[in-house]
Amino acid sequence: MADIELREVTKRYPDGTEAVKQVSLEIGDGEFMILVGPSGCGKSTALRMIAGLEDISDGDLLIGGERVNDLAPRDRDIAMVFQNYALYPHMTVRENMGFALKLAKENDGEIKSRVDEAAKILDLEAHLERKPANLSGGQRQRVAMGRAIVRSPKVFLMDEPLSNLDAKLRVQMRTEVSRIQQRVGTTTVYVTHDQTEAMTLGDRVAVMRGGIIQQVDSPKNLYERPRNLFVAGFIGSPSMNFLPAQLEGDTIKLPFGDAQIPDELKSRLKGNGKGGEVIAGVRPEHFEDSDVEPEKPGLRFTAPVSVVESMGSELYAYFDVESGGIESSDLTELAADSGIEDLPKHGSGEVQQVVARLAAASGARPGKQANLVLDTRFIQLFDPNGGKSLTAEQ
Amino acid sequence: MEAASVPAATVRKRSKGNAPPSASPRTPWWMWLCVVAIVLFCLFPFYWLLNTSLKAGPDLSTSALLPPNPTLENYESIFRDSNFTTALKNSAIVALITTALALIVGSFCAYALARLKIRFKFTILAIILTITTFPQITIAAPIFKLWRDVGLYNTIPGLVIPYLTFALPLAIYILTSFFREIPRDLEEAALVDGATNFQAFYKVVVPLAAPGLATAGILTFIAAWNEFLLAITLTSSSNARTVPAAIAFFTGSTQFEQPLGTISAASVVISVPLILMVLLFQKRIVAGLTAGAVKG
Repeated sequence: MADIELREVTKRYPDGTEAVKQVSLEIGDGEFMILVGPSGCGKSTALRMIAGLEDISDGDLLIGGERVNDLAPRDRDIAMVFQNYALYPHMTVRENMGFALKLAKENDGEIKSRVDEAAKILDLEAHLERKPANLSGGQRQRVAMGRAIVRSPKVFLMDEPLSNLDAKLRVQMRTEVSRIQQRVGTTTVYVTHDQTEAMTLGDRVAVMRGGIIQQVDSPKNLYERPRNLFVAGFIGSPSMNFLPAQLEGDTIKLPFGDAQIPDELKSRLKGNGKGGEVIAGVRPEHFEDSDVEPEKPGLRFTAPVSVVESMGSELYAYFDVESGGIESSDLTELAADSGIEDLPKHGSGEVQQVVARLAAASGARPGKQANLVLDTRFIQLFDPNGGKSLTAEQ
Repeated sequence: MEAASVPAATVRKRSKGNAPPSASPRTPWWMWLCVVAIVLFCLFPFYWLLNTSLKAGPDLSTSALLPPNPTLENYESIFRDSNFTTALKNSAIVALITTALALIVGSFCAYALARLKIRFKFTILAIILTITTFPQITIAAPIFKLWRDVGLYNTIPGLVIPYLTFALPLAIYILTSFFREIPRDLEEAALVDGATNFQAFYKVVVPLAAPGLATAGILTFIAAWNEFLLAITLTSSSNARTVPAAIAFFTGSTQFEQPLGTISAASVVISVPLILMVLLFQKRIVAGLTAGAVKG
């Protein structure tokens, strides 16, 4: 076990493009660190540099305090779980899991006992003599995990290990991964593009975009105090609503109406609330149906609901608001990543779609007006130029 | 085989619909007729060879479909002839060494072409393939002169080296497409697991490319085993002469006897191992030749 430190690590390709730009990150001993971001953000490249599968163009990589830039993967004492598992098809599960130990010239008895122990943890004992081709997706995934834990390496690296599983199994394996990591207590770097995985698994999460780390924080802080528009939009599902707003003295002008700036928001704004154009970010759960909760304080308004999605325990109500639209490169990239950039009237234009998460008891129906209340205490404000948060600590 | 593996459901659906007769699941009778005709056409020469090899003396001049007095005399006579048995040994040695070298060197080349970032990779592969199209007669004479000068004439290496000129491109071409199909992640997993690059190659890549190695091995073995032009140009005695060349030097047991019977017997003897091998590995060879064209 060891800590990992990246000091201004850069990956530059021969054609000059930089996949990872001066990333500095400290990962503590035993910590579960998640690298998350849209595709092409450099998270996998960063992981492969830690593994030694990619050269580091600039900067230093330290594992356990030792600079390992020039060490071959085999000398770094790391284990990696690949997205497609990369199990050796010509070996049985036992041989797959024992391969690293065999290369390390451990004796057969030791290999057998360690593989058996790992198989027990992963519930693979019944499948040890089978070939990977005869295993289900979930079993293969567990073998890949087993191959990693059998070695008790300093570091686990996982490259989207759950993305090839179907949705239900993925949730199950997610808890499994977390359980195993807590049990063996090995420093882990986990790459994913799925923000739910990032939020549920990690001790800390590093959000990356364009080769740059946007924010490193606990999942809770990322959610509540995103440092910029990109992080705010990336973390959370359904994602945060972004609306143009204006600050005028003690009043914030939102497309739904004007509201007093609550003290809580004012204290977070500190000196930033000079006034003028801002982007307001509102999480869907900070709306509520005012017919369900008439006592709830906040900004009251009515909105024409266009679509209602019922989740059983809650409702997602979509409604349109008239607004001037907002322009931001962060939001464009987020839209591009989720594949919604081509959809009409989302994020920009005259009419903007907003999603609200309401109690299941809400009477919101498609095509009807709904009475909503917005809890103004939780509004996040962002600078339209650059997308920096005005309400979170930088 | 193919017809039997069609799922029952597909067959039923097809026969129910108004499909034209040619699309019916049963092969029409005239198709079978064609198959039989083609098989007869292809196999008849070999049958005639077998037929002739079982005849002796005056029977050789008959054209009966079955030998009137079948005899193994010709086979006994060729195995008594030390020229034939040493040639058989030479053939085996030359073909096996050629195959082994082609596979070892070829797999390194193919791996480099499949994996490494090399400039003009396609051009290199194209040049390698072009070499196989050279008519052998163009290199036979120069090599003859050269081998005479350097002392490789009439030696086993003197045959193996020119044989590699067609064996290597074949092996490289087949193995390149096999190595390309092996996911890179597997090697990377091996590297992270503590393997050196070479260990990752021979413990992970080579076992997975085994079908490709088998295909390339069989094809190079056959090519080297059957080769005639270079064998007859570059050998002068039983020191290195291989069977195809040795057969050309067969004489009858007496000066007045036609060597036709013994030639036929020798030809059958050298064909049988190849036929057995091809039948045994038929599926692998086909799979090997189409690898890269269709993704499994």
